[in-house]
Amino acid sequence: MSATAERPATRGFVGLPIDRVDGHAKVTGAARYAADAPIAAPLHATIVQATIACGRIIAIDERATRAVEGVVDVLTYHNATRIPALPFDFTAPSSEELAPLQSDEIKYDGQHVAAVIAETFEAARAGAALLRVEYESRAPELSPGGARTVEQPEQWFGSDAQPRRGDPERAFEAAGVRIDQTYTTPIENHNPLEPSATVAEWRDGELIVHDSTQWVRGTRAVLAKSFGLDEEKVRVIAPYLGGGFGCKGFFWPHPLIAAMAAKLTNRPVKLVLTREQMFTSCGYRSETRQRLRLGATRDGRLQAILHDVLGTSSRVGTFVETAGGVTAMLFDVPNIAVTHSIARLDVPTPTAMRAPGEAPGSFALGCALDELASACGIDPLDVLRRNHAAVDPSSGLPFSSKHLLACYERGAEAFGWSTRPQAPRAMRDGGELVGWGVATATYPALRSPAQARVVLGADGSVDVASATHDLGTGMYTILAQIAADELGVDPRAIRVRIGDSSFPIAPVAGGSMSSASVGPAVQDAARRAYREAIAIATSAGGSPLHGLGEDEIEACDGGLRSKREPSRAIAYGEIVRLGGSGAIEALGSAAPGDEGERLSFHSFGAQFVEVRYDEELARLRVSRALGVFDCGRILNAKTARSQMIGGIVWGIGMALMEETVRDPRAGAVVTNNFADYHVPVNADIAAIDVLFVEEPDLAFNPLGVRGIGEIGITGVAAAIANAVYHATGVRLRDLPIVPEKLLAAQAAV
Amino acid sequence: MNAFRYAQARDAASAMAALAADPRARYIAGGTNVVDLMKEGVERPSLLVDITQLPLRGIDRTATGVRVGALALMSDVADHPAIARDYPVVAQALLASASPQLRNMATIGGNLMQRTRCAYFRDVSQHCNKRAPGTGCAAISGVNRRHAVVGGSEQCICTHASDLAVALLSVDAIVHVRGRAGERTVPLERFHVLPGSTPQRETVLEHGDLITAVELPASAAARNSYYLKVRDRASYEFALVSVAAALNVAGGRIRAARVALGGVAPTPWRAHAAEAALLGRPATGGTFAAAAEAATRGMKGYGQNDFKIVLVRRAVNRALQHVGAIA
Ligand SMILES: Cc1cc2nc3c(=O)[nH]c(=O)nc-3n(C[C@H](O)[C@H](O)[C@H](O)COP(=O)(O)OP(=O)(O)OC[C@H]3O[C@@H](n4cnc5c(N)ncnc54)[C@H](O)[C@@H]3O)c2cc1C
Repeated sequence: MSATAERPATRGFVGLPIDRVDGHAKVTGAARYAADAPIAAPLHATIVQATIACGRIIAIDERATRAVEGVVDVLTYHNATRIPALPFDFTAPSSEELAPLQSDEIKYDGQHVAAVIAETFEAARAGAALLRVEYESRAPELSPGGARTVEQPEQWFGSDAQPRRGDPERAFEAAGVRIDQTYTTPIENHNPLEPSATVAEWRDGELIVHDSTQWVRGTRAVLAKSFGLDEEKVRVIAPYLGGGFGCKGFFWPHPLIAAMAAKLTNRPVKLVLTREQMFTSCGYRSETRQRLRLGATRDGRLQAILHDVLGTSSRVGTFVETAGGVTAMLFDVPNIAVTHSIARLDVPTPTAMRAPGEAPGSFALGCALDELASACGIDPLDVLRRNHAAVDPSSGLPFSSKHLLACYERGAEAFGWSTRPQAPRAMRDGGELVGWGVATATYPALRSPAQARVVLGADGSVDVASATHDLGTGMYTILAQIAADELGVDPRAIRVRIGDSSFPIAPVAGGSMSSASVGPAVQDAARRAYREAIAIATSAGGSPLHGLGEDEIEACDGGLRSKREPSRAIAYGEIVRLGGSGAIEALGSAAPGDEGERLSFHSFGAQFVEVRYDEELARLRVSRALGVFDCGRILNAKTARSQMIGGIVWGIGMALMEETVRDPRAGAVVTNNFADYHVPVNADIAAIDVLFVEEPDLAFNPLGVRGIGEIGITGVAAAIANAVYHATGVRLRDLPIVPEKLLAAQAAV
Repeated sequence: MNAFRYAQARDAASAMAALAADPRARYIAGGTNVVDLMKEGVERPSLLVDITQLPLRGIDRTATGVRVGALALMSDVADHPAIARDYPVVAQALLASASPQLRNMATIGGNLMQRTRCAYFRDVSQHCNKRAPGTGCAAISGVNRRHAVVGGSEQCICTHASDLAVALLSVDAIVHVRGRAGERTVPLERFHVLPGSTPQRETVLEHGDLITAVELPASAAARNSYYLKVRDRASYEFALVSVAAALNVAGGRIRAARVALGGVAPTPWRAHAAEAALLGRPATGGTFAAAAEAATRGMKGYGQNDFKIVLVRRAVNRALQHVGAIA
């Protein structure tokens, strides 16, 4: 199927910076998020969490809780529905193998041990505060260094977790220039604005769940399995999300607890995690310790990379932060050894967080290349260019569409890179040191099978439906744009419905794959509906287009017309009425083929950053950032730009302030609120600009689109750390770069 | 949150009577701190007495300076021309506090009474002598990056969170209190008390005492004052370290000096040694550096917060250069 040849006359909406079609509903409050589900008089459930990291419950005293007026019941392992163990798999993606509330065992601080169910939110909270849980506690293992159990997974998500090629040890030893450094990144939390929420209701043996999930069908599958139901008996609804970033991607215990509570009380139950609970109830990014060894020639050409990554995981689930993934494919290096290890600790299970693997990996690798540039006395951008990989070194396959060199060029020009003095501490503005840094961004282009339905109604309506999601990213808008172009209808006149497991199948909103997966399915469905409309319009007696051939017709203004005589036109609603079946309904689908056997699909980018540093006060700020991205076709210039700006802001947070701190003795998160877990505020964000090298990747899918959700954060922390080096002359290899680390580094010079 | 009663006081006398009748009653002004703590289960009042209808909002000039009503909003005080002109340190400290939304709710009296942000204090499942006397201090050997480097005790090493109080300390503010025995005044420096062996006690106020106003005496030093706040991000964060500096320099010599520190102690902290190193000396870089060094005297870190001592020295130096006009 070629994307352009058989395209009907379009209005070219794809690509335009169209305002979000759901914007009005959001700013007026009409958009209903999970916790706003229109369910009359639900009960409210509040979670009670373990306050030890390792041990067991020896007693639960519910008396004071049950004495609170309005408390209906207390759900604990004594009365919870028995649920089978739920090992993670891609059809039922539960993050924790142990279902919640099944036994007295405590595997991490924050584990859900009870839910208090009450007539009001206030009563549920008051009751939860009064629940007395007594524990028998053992000393927890909380630090990856020296952990008793360290595993080396062979594979992770279908990829080799220990990739190797050539003879990296020997090539490293033989190299003229060697870098051997360790980089560390802390635990980080996703912190979407909308906390996770579930409203669960049982109706005639069917379970209906309004849930803030990035994967309605995955959530449905786990719930069905847990309660021994057919999937058709479970419906999961998530029309809007206030961000997710991965913490709503896989399945976590709270929807199960809400459904158990609804079953126990035979009433609908609403459960909203608190901000504090979000730090321990739905995953986080694992800390990483990354040793990187680079061997290169004196002119900065890489000969070997050895990248050893130590992350963490829990005792109840597995997630591997594959920070070494980028190392295997980003640069043209003949000899590579990447290892991933995970230390099993008494902590909650980490999960995917915006660019899992790539975010911390691109930090370490991006810094190491900058160190190489310094060691060789070469401009860092030149080192990146010199090691550019024309084919994917991990597979030997050519890239489908790679324009990274163009990103470097355009970025360097727009940023003014050529005026950068090579030596550190060479730029000042007033009392502040100024530094510039650069690093490479990358993220794989992923795609999954998806379907969509397009329905043209007799009233002229155009409906698009798919079980995909809008995390606040613009999915509603781009799907409307895609259908609009196929049908010749204004995108604002199209009703897009998503986030319902009963809609045509779509994958998890993860891996930046929704646009590339669902977009082509919507295109296919719209095209089928368009063809059917033509078939009716050219064959029905009363149609002004009666007797014309398909190629003599084009779309226009919500209907069809003759190319030669534009006044011969008919609206879609009229065509539907002529067709007599009440509606034109088309199911479209799209799926990857065997192109992955021939080509490697990745997005790329270049991140340029300027920092300013007040050396006396150790005050560091990012004053300027520019990202230039090669992500295939851009479907909406406005929402795409916003995504990238958001990614860069995330990168600034990652570099300078974000850190989830656990109490070193007992494992409780002590930064479980926005006063202690710092994300950038407006005043931290100065000038950010985004450019796209827009080359449609038509080998990937007929729209030529790759994903844009995650690449924006990659490389930012490295570019910032590199800019800090350029400003100060000291290397900071441990994130976040907070004042005490800058002071210590200065003192050590 | 527990069930609690709420009453709106018509006048100071009825507000105080309501508290006198109930040892678990509390005043509520802007509510930005007390409600927060109630949600966490840290404060569990039986009764909230809303004092926002009392006529204590005025910001008035007096013969000796400015008198700020206890219920004046942080935002109104920050924007008041007399404050900005005669006490720049106070306006700057307020504008560096919290967020515009919070400043539009929060009051001056409430700000002085706000409680520490120590994570262990705010989490009822943790040990904290301030919240639950006798349970121990989890911070001393725990996560203590934001904790005190001076003035703490084996019972408590929290920091006082207010920026305003630090600024007020540098202009010799006086707190007006109405208690059972009538009105009294307390110099701000004696208003907050160090934890010692009773960390649950934070000020000299008795249950039911009502702050009515804060008096700011006019002075040349106050007119030449400056607030410097060092923190991880540019806004909306409590201080890692802050400095309020006020200096009167005449004929090249320092005639009056105040240096107060925030983020370093369980109370707003007056750096007397730094002031002594300034008084009567020439306003030179050498004097300021010596005073900055003196400001750190007696400070001791607990590991994660050692860096604050270095920051204090540098921030005091910077603030003094600013008010000494030799930046
Ligand atoms: C997110 C956040 C960020 C913040 N950042 C900062 C910051 O950077 N710097 C800073 O200084 N502060 C900051 N604050 C704290 C804020 O300034 C205080 O919460 C506020 O000043 C309290 O004033 P209030 O009127 O709301 O007090 P309330 O919450 O109403 O009362 C607080 C306490 O004071 C008592 N009280 C109130 N008025 C009187 C009175 N007249 N007499 C006797 N007792 C009284 C109450 O009984 C209560 O115990 C922040 C707060 C939040 C929530």
